[in-house]
Amino acid sequence: MNLSKALRRLPWWLAAAALAIGCLIWIYPFLWMVAASLKTSAEVFTQGLDLLPGDPQWENYERAWGDAQFGRYLLNTVIVTVATVVIVVVRCAMAGYVLARHEFRGRKIVMGALIATLFVPAGYTIIPLVDLAQRLGMLNSLTGMVLAMSGAAHVAAILLYIGYFRGIPKELTEAALMDGAGFATVFFRIMLPLAKPVTATVTVLTFLNTWNAFFLPLVFTFSRPDLRTVSVGMLAFVGENATDWSGMAAAATISLLPVVALFIALQRYFVEGIAGAVKS
Amino acid sequence: MTVALSPARAPAGAGRPRRPRGAGRTTTYVWLFLTPTVLLYGAFTVYPIVGSYVYSLTDWNGFDASPSFIGVANYREVLADPMFWSSFRLTLTFMVVAVPLQVLTTLLVAIVLNSPRMPLRRLFRTALFLPVVTTTAIVGVVMQFVFDPASGPVNLALRGTGLVGDGVDFLGQSSTALGTTIAVYVWKWFGITLVYWLAALQTVPDEVYEAARLDGAGAPATLRHITMPLLKPFLVIITLLSIEASLQVFDLVLTMTGGGPFYSTEVIEVYIYRWAFASTVPRLGYASAAAVLFGLFVCVIGLLQLLAVRATRKARGAV
Repeated sequence: MNLSKALRRLPWWLAAAALAIGCLIWIYPFLWMVAASLKTSAEVFTQGLDLLPGDPQWENYERAWGDAQFGRYLLNTVIVTVATVVIVVVRCAMAGYVLARHEFRGRKIVMGALIATLFVPAGYTIIPLVDLAQRLGMLNSLTGMVLAMSGAAHVAAILLYIGYFRGIPKELTEAALMDGAGFATVFFRIMLPLAKPVTATVTVLTFLNTWNAFFLPLVFTFSRPDLRTVSVGMLAFVGENATDWSGMAAAATISLLPVVALFIALQRYFVEGIAGAVKS
Repeated sequence: MTVALSPARAPAGAGRPRRPRGAGRTTTYVWLFLTPTVLLYGAFTVYPIVGSYVYSLTDWNGFDASPSFIGVANYREVLADPMFWSSFRLTLTFMVVAVPLQVLTTLLVAIVLNSPRMPLRRLFRTALFLPVVTTTAIVGVVMQFVFDPASGPVNLALRGTGLVGDGVDFLGQSSTALGTTIAVYVWKWFGITLVYWLAALQTVPDEVYEAARLDGAGAPATLRHITMPLLKPFLVIITLLSIEASLQVFDLVLTMTGGGPFYSTEVIEVYIYRWAFASTVPRLGYASAAAVLFGLFVCVIGLLQLLAVRATRKARGAV
């Protein structure tokens, strides 16, 4: 009896074993990267496949953090990401709310403009965008970078909010309005807290987008190396130190560790947030 | 819930509810709420789109005070440039190879991972999703080293198996650079499509499977006659999202190959970047013209997809 049950499960365990090997290969580049960040330059070249360094070389991290300024780049990235996520969530929720629940003149024009720009690739608008930022004196500043990134479409986020707010029964807000709650109170105290699932989705997607952004931070920091984010800093680093493999690996580990740690801690939200994009 | 929110509710029967605020006041609030979006989105999305059309009709290097109007000369030049067409073809090739590869392989893995009988499935999902959260530009740089012909781990492993004598310069030769970039792209974004599929599979209720099992349908029959038809609308959406993503590969390409070797991976976005920012005399007008053409192409694809979505909706409604 037990044996036949075990036999029936056998194919699944075989599949699991195959997948386990696949997954190890899948994440091998990251394991290699962490290992290389703790090796001496000679070890990286001669024992490239070994995952365990002979004697951990922590000074690789000192070099990447201090000399290569990755500490600063990381701080820039955190500032830009947090500011952008907050602005995007608030502005998209507010826009989604009024577009979903209120009839007003000009509503159709706003909706039309949003839908029309649903599929605008980043490379397409970069030239006038940079020119505008320059004329406003916002090129080469983190503020400019944040404003430009929070101004980039995010139409999908607004649409998600619209869909959600439409589904909330009218009675709920009417009751509050009767009690004398104002427009803003209804939104901030009732609607926004109700929209938590959408906010989670928008936060996760915007976070990933901003943390990983490259094109915009690249052109916004051409003449201000101290404002680079980690992705731009990384390209500059290998441009200047093509042979410093262990330094490169340490810098990459510094840049990726926070986001990987965050992902593992909040995995549920990441996965549900992304799944939310296709469900609705 | 409403009761908890309104402790000071007026006693019942106290007359018709007064409208607490005038309609004019509401309109003010509506526009107040739209202001951040109108300003930011207007300045950094709408204006640049209109702006690219204007710039594309000018000759401008970015240093002179003002661009000079030259009509459609840029378009004529872009359309006559074989490099533009080569970039266009590379962008298309990238899409045509990467999207089906990604959509179909993730579907297979998702079906396996969706089975409750699969051991350790959460762990596998985490591992496969991991590359998604990592920064593309950094992954691109790391991959330069991973594929290094002399000491990169890929070549060390290949040489270890004895398959190749010398290291293969995956990113350094035109014949393999694009394929390698596509492989890394699929690896990088595999997890996101996988999660899309898993979400889609979750929408099939367990009772449906139960009923099929009771009717004596085996796993292959269930898959073919129940799972697949139910997944069809999702296939359209997931393909749409994947196509959209595959047209934006600037980060990965620029950091992995820089568009080289010999322009063999120079997708449209890199082409635009090269003319606008990376050449000694930037040609912003010319780059804008290329960008406008690319934007139109993306719009056409977007429209086709919307039509496809609508068609599947209709088909579903008719059943």
